Amino acid sequence: MTVPILNASGCLDALTAPEVALELDAFVTKTITPQPREGNPPVRIAETESGMLNSIGLQGPGIEGLLAQTLPALAALGLRVWVSVGGFSSEDYAGICERLDERDDVEVLELNLSCPNVEEAPETAAQIVAGCRSRTSKPLYAKLSPATWDIAESARAVVAAGADGLSLVNTMRGMALDPATLRPKLGPGTGGYSGPALRPVALACVSACARAVDVPIVGMGGVASGLDALELVAVGAGVVSLGTVLFADPAAPARVRKELDAEATARGFANPLQARGVANG
Amino acid sequence: MTGAELRVTGTEAVGPYTLLRVEAGPIEPGIPGQFFMLRPPGHVLPRPMSLCLSRAGELCFLIDAIGPGTQALCGLTAGDHLHVLGPLGNGFDLTVPRPLLVGGGIGVAPFPYLAQALRDVPAILGFSTAAHAEAAALLPGARVVVEPALVTSLLPADPGDVLACGPEPMLEAVRSLAPRAQLAWEAPMACGYGACFGCVVELDGHLQRLCIAGPVLRAA
Repeated sequence: MTVPILNASGCLDALTAPEVALELDAFVTKTITPQPREGNPPVRIAETESGMLNSIGLQGPGIEGLLAQTLPALAALGLRVWVSVGGFSSEDYAGICERLDERDDVEVLELNLSCPNVEEAPETAAQIVAGCRSRTSKPLYAKLSPATWDIAESARAVVAAGADGLSLVNTMRGMALDPATLRPKLGPGTGGYSGPALRPVALACVSACARAVDVPIVGMGGVASGLDALELVAVGAGVVSLGTVLFADPAAPARVRKELDAEATARGFANPLQARGVANG
Repeated sequence: MTGAELRVTGTEAVGPYTLLRVEAGPIEPGIPGQFFMLRPPGHVLPRPMSLCLSRAGELCFLIDAIGPGTQALCGLTAGDHLHVLGPLGNGFDLTVPRPLLVGGGIGVAPFPYLAQALRDVPAILGFSTAAHAEAAALLPGARVVVEPALVTSLLPADPGDVLACGPEPMLEAVRSLAPRAQLAWEAPMACGYGACFGCVVELDGHLQRLCIAGPVLRAA
């Protein structure tokens, strides 16, 4: 038993880089919405001192494009597929879940309840999960924002509503200015902050949720090395996702997996999963 | 798409720009106009650069130090290591009958390697200052203008097959005068291989990833 390694949604296109996706234990799609979306106007990315900002805005083909083109292409590559589901109302999410319910080529539905770059649905995360739960029997993972007072409370609510697992964490809303003009670097003004700066936040969130609920947790946020991944396992994650690091290092999946095994061994664990939760006491 | 840690062999000042030289290792030089992602030390994201020169066992990148990332790249010294990924994207179509290179500022970067492939190709280069124009030495024989003169002032009425690289206003001006031109664009880019969707530009009415669709695009 080892720790599966996935990509964070929106951080890899398996169709343009299949060799990268094939190094993962499963591929997570970009968030899919009911209708096709052009996404946000450029500029969409900016580097900061300890991370990066993105404001892509859920560019994608919509559920019909996913069903007709993307999923068959992913299946042809032999990938295990998780679909990230988004929307602007509870019914948007639930409708997509229903369409995907009978697709054998989809393993897990991850509900993106926390995109910082588009308007949020008016319903609570738990209401959205409950709406999806009634329309699919597939495993539902709730992806939560770290920008909340009490993420453990959010975790308890979505699990009570029927979530089978948690994906922790999404990016946090941030801003960067052009030093010359003192105007926002990103076209939409703000974006999702990710990379090394997010890692301590992710550790705290995963730890809090692992203590609060007893469901599988996919940990992500600033992981760049095997030790980073092992630390997320130590606070309770059983699966680790790679995000920003994939942009700089497409070879990261195999490298992080190898480093993770070595870091676990160096600390006397027979495999990385044996370290799960040790930080939580 | 190959990635490798390459050994820096040195840097040279070219006017206000820096020519960064690295051992090629397993990285192929690719087609002129393709690009590479160079990872500046201490930075989260790599930076896209076209190849300026391919010498025996060496790759050279011409870099304008416009921000912290490019400054870090220009600060590398012989013996340092640099992660390079590439070649990426679509380069110039070299099978054109009457090529003419048109470059502006740091847009001269891909031309020396392009001229290696095309041999004796005419070129027009424009720069903002005489100091920047020192980079024209990388392309012997090129006609050079310095602002306020613009490269378009030297474009012949029938420019042939223009291959252009430079700032957006220059590319737009070239596009209007030479509809058959191949234009090399740039955009902020996190990954260079289609993962981040950060580098989109409007093409055929839709936002498309420049790293996949380009960076070299047909004018019309």
